[in-house]
Amino acid sequence: MSAAEPLLRVEELRVEFPGEDGVVHAVDGITYQVHAGRTLGIVGESGSGKTVASLTTLGLTRRQGANISGRISFEGQDLLALPEEQLRAIRGNEIAMIFQDPLSSLHPLYRVGAQLAEAVRAHRDTSRAQARSRAVELLGLVGIPDPARRAQEYPHEFSGGMRQRAMIAMALANDPKLLIADEPTTALDVTVQAQILALMERLQSELGMAIVIITHDLGVVAEMADEIAVMYAGRIVEMASAEAIFARPQHPYTWGLLRSIPTLTGPRAAELEAIPGSPPSLIRRPSGCHFHPRCAYAQPEHAVITPVLEPVPQEPGHQVACLLAAEERARLWSRLRAGNSAAQAQQAGPAGTGARG
Amino acid sequence: MSVAAGEPLVRVRDLVKHFPITRGIVLQRRIGAVKAVDGVSFDVMAGETLGLVGETGCGKSTTARLMMGLLDASAGEVSFDGHDITRLRGAQLKPFRREMQMIFQDPYSSLNPRKTVGSIVGEPFAIHRLERDRTQRKRRVQELLELVGMSPEHYNRYPHEFSGGQRQRIGVARALALNPKLLIADEPVSALDVSIQAQVLNLLRELQRRLGLTLVFIAHDLSVIRHMCDRVAVMYLGKIVEIGSGEDLFGFPRHPYTGALLSAVPVADPSRHGGQRPPLGGDVPSPANPPSGCRFHTRCPKAQALCASADPPLAQQESGTLAACHYPLTRDELAAIGVRSAR
Repeated sequence: MSAAEPLLRVEELRVEFPGEDGVVHAVDGITYQVHAGRTLGIVGESGSGKTVASLTTLGLTRRQGANISGRISFEGQDLLALPEEQLRAIRGNEIAMIFQDPLSSLHPLYRVGAQLAEAVRAHRDTSRAQARSRAVELLGLVGIPDPARRAQEYPHEFSGGMRQRAMIAMALANDPKLLIADEPTTALDVTVQAQILALMERLQSELGMAIVIITHDLGVVAEMADEIAVMYAGRIVEMASAEAIFARPQHPYTWGLLRSIPTLTGPRAAELEAIPGSPPSLIRRPSGCHFHPRCAYAQPEHAVITPVLEPVPQEPGHQVACLLAAEERARLWSRLRAGNSAAQAQQAGPAGTGARG
Repeated sequence: MSVAAGEPLVRVRDLVKHFPITRGIVLQRRIGAVKAVDGVSFDVMAGETLGLVGETGCGKSTTARLMMGLLDASAGEVSFDGHDITRLRGAQLKPFRREMQMIFQDPYSSLNPRKTVGSIVGEPFAIHRLERDRTQRKRRVQELLELVGMSPEHYNRYPHEFSGGQRQRIGVARALALNPKLLIADEPVSALDVSIQAQVLNLLRELQRRLGLTLVFIAHDLSVIRHMCDRVAVMYLGKIVEIGSGEDLFGFPRHPYTGALLSAVPVADPSRHGGQRPPLGGDVPSPANPPSGCRFHTRCPKAQALCASADPPLAQQESGTLAACHYPLTRDELAAIGVRSAR
């Protein structure tokens, strides 16, 4: 990893939405960086804050009365301090975003080519004809066959996979430095998902852009991401290289995610190890470590002490927010890997002495 | 009227469902048909879990609805417990409806938001005029709630008070109310969060063991299918292209479409992403106008001239599955597309 200044630096970002029932703590002090040409994967379940963090980067939560604090700097500019007009010059230009549902992101009454041309002309001073030909070129770039004819069609004439390609084409209209992809393949079939992921990887290597991919699918981040941040209830609970997250995960929530998904290889488990309970409400979050009510290894004091993201010993670049001691975590994970259930892993050996602070 | 374990509980023979495409409002002329299900045959053995897997539009949900009698078949036969139920209507079908129940993908739209959990789970009793004593019915409903891991105190609550996973449990309780023999689960976990999916999958497997249920499990997620199913049928454009035991099908898939599906699944292991697997090109063709011959030939990496003219029948493969392919995959070809044997 280069020591150069990161393209995007998010620091202590906090986003809260005041509501009738109380304040929704959507994002609660998260810090991450994205370097040029690299891919960051943000993994989490619904309500973990992963989407709100990215919408805030683009200034899209401002109008919803959100209380935002922290810093988001993109190439040295503080996006949170930028007036709307200047932000609009960056949005869709240097930072582009694609969403989960390509059908609702495209206007049904305009031809696909015209919508792409509009995206070009929003940021470039070009003639209509030039924008049109750029639109056709972009459709070709994302692998849509016969792009000149397809540009004349409406979104409903496109299949799901082609619509997502068209959305990617629109995002690429102005050669963005950063592409934020929020669940880009969740609505798609597996074979089409594989096409779209391969397309994103090809475009990244050709155009050198950075990607933030937001997903709940551990398989997708394993394929795409260089670094991974795992979010739970508005906080980052673990962050590391993709290799380290899968080989040496540190947080019990990450363990739970990895162990609760069935696999295509290896022996068929009689039972999946589910994480008990459900993700918490962001209005009334559990005290202390937000994960403690669902954690098999929680100690009484974990309901009181709030863990902070700290470096993992002997693992450069690996951070975790967990109150268990590092040796205890290593011991538990090695037992889980050996095929023990959470209860078995906990019983064996001297447990219960792992808490710090 | 009972079937021993290992005997077919449901027989599906040459089942066809064509949805007409019409033009004109007053004089509706038929100008074509969407061939949603186009000649599928399979058995569901008592006590087993049969998986139906395929991509959007392959006909897996239509097949399930035909089995339940929720749609009228255009041709073919569905028999349940030895009785042909394909042409039964209304009162004649009702006794069979008790025996087969369904759970749906979306736990938000499949529960009436104005009804309490108690009346949702108790509704099958009302429909079939069973448990007419109110205290008796309430006790049965509370037992069902406990069976699916919910508290009996939830009886008077409303669906909006529950999370997606809990709602799916309510749907399962309702489906089990009449002690059905067959449970059809149509994408039961795809709308749920990852950490909740495992809870619902575990619940379904445990209930199957305890109650001796026969399960038809429909999903697009191959890992979930492998985890849940004894036998698996892979569908493409209204036809079964490969069917066999989970062990054979995931161990040595022979149809290139099965191989492509397995190859496309992202693997949660970054150390395995050395070689780039070429993804399957193109999109699923329209079921209103399916390709000639083998329907997969337009996307198949192994297609030859024969594939465009002759539709291959399902044939026994020495590796164990039945596959409808003129040129089934070899082990080397599987390795080349990055599919590792599950065996």
